[in-house]
Amino acid sequence: MTQMESEQIAPTTRPRLSADSPSIDSGRIAEVSLGTPREEIERRERVFHVDDLDVSYGDNLVLRDVSIDIFEHTVTAFIGPSGCGKSTFIRCFNRMNDLIPNARVTGTVEYHGRDLYARVVDPVEVRRRIGMVFQKPNPFPKSIYDNVAFGPRVLGTKHGLDERVERCLRRAALWDEVKNRLGDSALSLSGGQQQRLCIARALATEPDVLLMDEPASALDPIATAAIEDLMRELKRDYTIIVVTHNMQQAARVADLTAFFSVELGEDGVDRHGVLVEYDTTTKLFTQPADRRTEDYVTGRFG
Amino acid sequence: MSRRTKSRLFVAAMMLCLGVSFGTLAWLLVTTLIDGIPALSQQLFIDPPSTVAEEAGARPAILATVYLAALLLLMAVPVGVLTAIYLEEYARKERWYNRLLELNIQNLAAVPSIVYGILGLAFVVRGPVSVGRVLLAGAIILTLLVLPTVIIASREAIRAVPGSIRQGGYALGATKWQVVSRQVLPASIPGIATGSILALSRAVGETAPLLLIGALQYVAFDPTILGAFTALPVQIYTWVKLPDPAFQTLAAAGIIVLLAIVLSMNAIAIFLRNRYRQTW
Ligand SMILES: Nc1ncnc2c1ncn2[C@@H]1O[C@H](COP(=O)(O)OP(=O)(O)OP(=O)(O)O)[C@@H](O)[C@H]1O
Ligand SMILES: [Mg+2]
Repeated sequence: MTQMESEQIAPTTRPRLSADSPSIDSGRIAEVSLGTPREEIERRERVFHVDDLDVSYGDNLVLRDVSIDIFEHTVTAFIGPSGCGKSTFIRCFNRMNDLIPNARVTGTVEYHGRDLYARVVDPVEVRRRIGMVFQKPNPFPKSIYDNVAFGPRVLGTKHGLDERVERCLRRAALWDEVKNRLGDSALSLSGGQQQRLCIARALATEPDVLLMDEPASALDPIATAAIEDLMRELKRDYTIIVVTHNMQQAARVADLTAFFSVELGEDGVDRHGVLVEYDTTTKLFTQPADRRTEDYVTGRFG
Repeated sequence: MSRRTKSRLFVAAMMLCLGVSFGTLAWLLVTTLIDGIPALSQQLFIDPPSTVAEEAGARPAILATVYLAALLLLMAVPVGVLTAIYLEEYARKERWYNRLLELNIQNLAAVPSIVYGILGLAFVVRGPVSVGRVLLAGAIILTLLVLPTVIIASREAIRAVPGSIRQGGYALGATKWQVVSRQVLPASIPGIATGSILALSRAVGETAPLLLIGALQYVAFDPTILGAFTALPVQIYTWVKLPDPAFQTLAAAGIIVLLAIVLSMNAIAIFLRNRYRQTW
């Protein structure tokens, strides 16, 4: 633990990851717990500001006119029927859509007030700050240690790698299960463990935001519960955006929820995703303002 | 005809096909072994060829074949793998020149080896490169011959690396080169290695292009890279043509040696495949 404390003192390192030292300010947990009123969340720092975002693949417009703000230390859930563009949207936040040859993103995405899609912005740099966990666990065919160390190594970090690997595995609630077999192949882990490894791996680059695209959809209830606990715990230090198909999951972890739906274009053939409603999870699930949201959350749709 | 009879007939047809190909192979192998074993002596490995069958060996040819295999490995594999990486990871498939390149490589893999011999004679032995009738020229021609196969095998191995691995790398802030060199390449090495070795072992048995560029029929000295050379398949071909039956025995022994070389290369390929096989 001394390592972490000394890092907390060092002014140059971001203190984010070191907060799992025993001296957690428990007041902050209460502050970000679920059921926080909207006004209070909106007073938090705005991490992303999205305005009028359109995304298309080739000629096919899949997301239209999305505007949304994402707040710091908040879990924001994206829900909606399959194919409405949730994955497409979450990939806009770390420019993963750049890797899809025919994807086109127009509109504004600001990250702490800076245009994420400006010419001068290097997508590689963006992804170092905004981590991502995928739907299907995708550990590298390397050892558990090398998986977590991949990010730091790519960044050129060699110093203190062991400590960092341990810290991230602890944060991802995996350390106790793997501490004696760090050299084993990551592919030998169970699905739930693999997903937690992927979370640890994402934490190791010390990001600011964690994007999770259905992180628990391939997992059993126990592993899912572990990941949900983790999200609640991680939001003290990170901003989390999570796509989920599971409404209970959104209700359990998210402070804010955005509901997306599919709309037919003027010609009645084109289908594109739109943001229907964005509010606190409690409000969205109990008193939705839009009829479509109500139909969806009560299970009459999708 | 009942469905059962049909399926039995089908199985019988398959067995017949298998029997024909396997039987031919076994017969060839057995007759070669019977013919060749008497001449399979130390002399074959330490003596140069001679007009007297009792004194003839194949040392220069065996050595040259080993040199050729090594040079091939050094030249064909790096060029082939880098080309495959370019085509799979960097090339934009919608560009016409990349499509042309792809089409070319596929077609080149089907070009008869003698054509490569002619090409080599015109461009490598004489013409622009003009290295002469030396071992290096043979290695260059065999490299050109196996390159398309090495590229195709490497591309397949690279393509078998799941996209999710690449995405995972990019999502951690890796650059393209870091993803390729740290994820894609290591994960595809088993496939690349087996594909390359199989291609190489075919090339090692090639005779026609080497004959065409002037591999000598009698070489009494150990080969050097920039010297005149012969190769084991050429030596075998030379011996087979001679009327004295003692040389036929020598040829059979040469075939056994060549087979041993090729089979051990294949064994290495199988070993590598099993040892490093990746399950995702
Ligand atoms: N790479 C791609 N190329 C072309 N079209 C795509 C691509 N990826 C997604 N789409 C299309 O974009 C639309 C939105 O897809 P997306 O994956 O974002 O939906 P989703 O809301 O995440 O769905 P799900 O809940 O099933 O994961 C779909 O119609 C899909 O077919
Ligand atoms: Mg999705």
